Amino acid sequence: MIPEIGQFALVLAFVITLVQGTLPVIGAARNDAAWMAVARPAALMQLFFVAAAFLALTWSFVVSDFSVLTVAENSSIARPLLYKITGVWGNHEGSMMLWVLILAVYGGAVAIFGGHLPAALRARVLSVQAWIATGFLLFILVASNPFVRIFPAPLNGNGLNPLLQDPGLATHPPALYMGYVGFSMAFSFAIAALIEGRVDPAWARWVRPWVLVAWCFLTLGIALGSHWSYYVLGWGGWWFWDPVENASFMPWLAGTALLHSAIVVERREALKSWTILLAILTFSLSLIGTFLVRSGVLTSVHAFAVDPKQGTFILVLLVIAIGGSLGLYALRAPSLKLGGLFAPISREGSLVLNNLLLVTACGTILLGTLYPLLLASVTGQMVSVGPPYFDAVFVPIMVPLIALMAVGPMLAWKRGDLAGALARLKAAFAAAALIALVTWHYLTNGSWLSVLGMALAAWLIVGSLVELVERLRLFRGSLRQSWARARHLPRSVYGMVVAHAGLGVVVLGIAAALTWHSAVLRDMRPGQSAKVGPYEFTLRGVQEVPGPNYTARQGVFIVTKDGRYVTTMKPEVRHYSIPPMSVSRVALRPSLVADLYAAIGSPDGSGGYAVRLYRKPLISWIWLGALIMVLGGGLSLSDRRLRIGAPARKSAAYPAPSAIAKGA
Amino acid sequence: MSSRSGLAAILTLVFATALALGVAAPRAFAFYADHQLANPQQEARAERIMQGLRCPVCQDESIAESNADLAGDMRELVRKMVAAGDSDAQIRAYIVARYGQWILLKPRFELSTYALWLAPVGFLVVALVGIGFYFRRLRAAAAEIASKPLTADEKRRLDRWQAQNPENT
Amino acid sequence: MRAAFYIPLAAFLGLAAALGIGLTMNMRLLPSALIGRSVPTFNLPPVPGVRPALSSANLKAGKVVLVNIFASWCVSCREEHPILMALAKSHVVPIYGIAYKDTPKATATYLANNGDPYQRIGEDETGRVGINWGVYGVPETYVVTKTGKIAYKVVGPISAAILTQKVLPLVRKLEAEP
Repeated sequence: MIPEIGQFALVLAFVITLVQGTLPVIGAARNDAAWMAVARPAALMQLFFVAAAFLALTWSFVVSDFSVLTVAENSSIARPLLYKITGVWGNHEGSMMLWVLILAVYGGAVAIFGGHLPAALRARVLSVQAWIATGFLLFILVASNPFVRIFPAPLNGNGLNPLLQDPGLATHPPALYMGYVGFSMAFSFAIAALIEGRVDPAWARWVRPWVLVAWCFLTLGIALGSHWSYYVLGWGGWWFWDPVENASFMPWLAGTALLHSAIVVERREALKSWTILLAILTFSLSLIGTFLVRSGVLTSVHAFAVDPKQGTFILVLLVIAIGGSLGLYALRAPSLKLGGLFAPISREGSLVLNNLLLVTACGTILLGTLYPLLLASVTGQMVSVGPPYFDAVFVPIMVPLIALMAVGPMLAWKRGDLAGALARLKAAFAAAALIALVTWHYLTNGSWLSVLGMALAAWLIVGSLVELVERLRLFRGSLRQSWARARHLPRSVYGMVVAHAGLGVVVLGIAAALTWHSAVLRDMRPGQSAKVGPYEFTLRGVQEVPGPNYTARQGVFIVTKDGRYVTTMKPEVRHYSIPPMSVSRVALRPSLVADLYAAIGSPDGSGGYAVRLYRKPLISWIWLGALIMVLGGGLSLSDRRLRIGAPARKSAAYPAPSAIAKGA
Repeated sequence: MSSRSGLAAILTLVFATALALGVAAPRAFAFYADHQLANPQQEARAERIMQGLRCPVCQDESIAESNADLAGDMRELVRKMVAAGDSDAQIRAYIVARYGQWILLKPRFELSTYALWLAPVGFLVVALVGIGFYFRRLRAAAAEIASKPLTADEKRRLDRWQAQNPENT
Repeated sequence: MRAAFYIPLAAFLGLAAALGIGLTMNMRLLPSALIGRSVPTFNLPPVPGVRPALSSANLKAGKVVLVNIFASWCVSCREEHPILMALAKSHVVPIYGIAYKDTPKATATYLANNGDPYQRIGEDETGRVGINWGVYGVPETYVVTKTGKIAYKVVGPISAAILTQKVLPLVRKLEAEP
């Protein structure tokens, strides 16, 4: 009964999106307040029914209703409750449900918090949101219905891929989807602006918080996913340039560019049509990412079961959504007015360069990800494009970007003083040079790239702090004055400083992990020891331990340093019976100084076991840095001007750019 | 998994089964699959080569970080060839001859991949040209506006704004 | 100038077309790098008491043959086994086997239980010969010409359809060649 209610709720939600997608936008065109007013209740009802359907599916998973095909294929009785719930989105049908649920949540948020938006803009935004929802609900109902019943119902389900039975997976997809789908807000605002034919600083102020929210979640989701592969896949790798990872990274790069170009629209009313294009592209990349993951055109560890029919369906949706919006862009964007004048060396100029590099990186990753497919469909040749390629092209694009990140905020709007900015960055130069020397001295198995990476990290972290010091006039006036400045400085400035420094921390972690890690791969018998850096790992023994739905072979390592006990590590290999799979489960002792990492493999037949032991200095700074970036995003979000209930459109907030051009 | 395309399902099955029957796969032969070479320089070389070879079974990992049996055998092969004094190029050529160009995670720079390797530079050039045009249009538009005097309304708005925002001027 | 605003649309439509073609392809299926080339040189020991041994010389003896790479631990090999048995009975083309990463004992038991379609079997305990053949998913079946060149490769269990539509016509064609 419950699954049928879910099914019915989905159909109702679909019908509501049809109404929400037509009446308000027509009402906006005809200036009919009553029709526009349909948007808010419709968005809330859509949220209600999609949530009801999602809960119905969750219920089916929790009570293990194996007469529901999705549950039978992806769950089993003997499974902890947490994994029954996370199992809802650990499969194709359920993850699409999560997708539309989050879409509906964003739509509902506009309905609730969008009171300050002009009625016509709000109506159009909600209608565009509804178009997206219509497409995906149709897809769910027609091609991937999660509520399909089977008869007779099996006694037990097929279980969930053990790799996915992990707490990291409870949070990673929802965070990722909050990011992916959150960019639909930018898309809807952009389409609404194109229909309206008007983009102004107020528009940028309204759209920026949504982009920030999505960006924060996507950053978090990518970081969680990276950490998940770090400790689940068992080889210490944390980024594989896998198609699915790329699918989440491309919208992140485009979204980051959007975040910055929207500032230019807000402050200087320039880059308008470019920002609109970026908003469309960012969400398009989210959609393409969904397609790549869902259609199975590219192979990946992360991919669920796929069906070519579903792939075709999503491709058609893609062509309508992206093709349609880019077509609208081509028709309407030329009429958007050019913005204020600025010199190449200026805050705007640096943001343009930022966009240039981010979009180039994004385009390169897109091409690299799709190149095997493109080449095979044109010439039939099979090639692979993997980490060595992406490292080779991505790093040279990122180096100038990171170098620029410390300088850009120092430049004034319209016309900046590069020499002055560099002079103020003396401290950052000194820090970079010092770190470079230290790295060079202690270089063990890294390359000159490690030196460059460490130097850039120092440059960016110190450079960001210098920016803050400059803004507060610290050390140049009384502390009191600085404190007063600190309190009045907009939160968005703190947000920028923190986020930029956070990226510096990420770079530091990457460079350090590349430079100083030590690895021991060998066979060990109980009683034997191995030296990993300064640590001594002794294999105490190997035992069989039962788990809730698996049995594990567990190695017990005693770790000492200079003869003193440090920790006990217990890596496992878990044998699941449903489905029959073995999964390695590493033991990880994270710390800010160095992670210790142990994995145990198969027995060698003569009493020994293959083991992998790693010491990875500063590697957790990668994820710590990502969290700092999210914190920075959150700080910006709390800025008075950027809050989701930001002030209404005021024509006098900034003068027209033409006036500035003449006044300058 | 019923809807997965046929071959992928088989491969998944083979892979999963091989894992499940880990005991049956006689990995004792492949000592160097999970064992580093004694010489750190040689091991570093082997590591670099392995990271550039795609695992044919799981397909989205390099053989350096794949749990598939075949990846283990290939790791042993690479380590033994390194120890035997083969050059990086010889080892890659040996494996490419058996598995094709597909196995290289870093495609060679040749006719079929010129577009791939040159694309980043191409993107930059196109974008720079675009920005160049943008600045030209911006200047032209500004010059046109600047040639006209301020209207009384514009003057008033500018004065008021400058009075309110002394920092921005 | 307005035309420039159509560039993103054009680029996307190109991309969508490629994705559409991509949907029809199976990117997991690798073509053999060895098609048209001579079989790798190898010399494998036999499974004692079961069948004679297999070496590359046996594949250059002027006969078209199938080389089937199998293993007792491989589940999908059991799926194709009846098809191989039927083929062996028909005497259309000899089947040679390579037991991949298996032990002679396990191979012998497997063949005793399921029947033995092979005329020769090489025991590849380490899997090194398998790598020389470019094996990546057992079972794999190769069509080898009279002069010992690899003409075709089937990855995964051979089905009746692949056998009658692809493999056997090719075998007949190769047989007809001098």
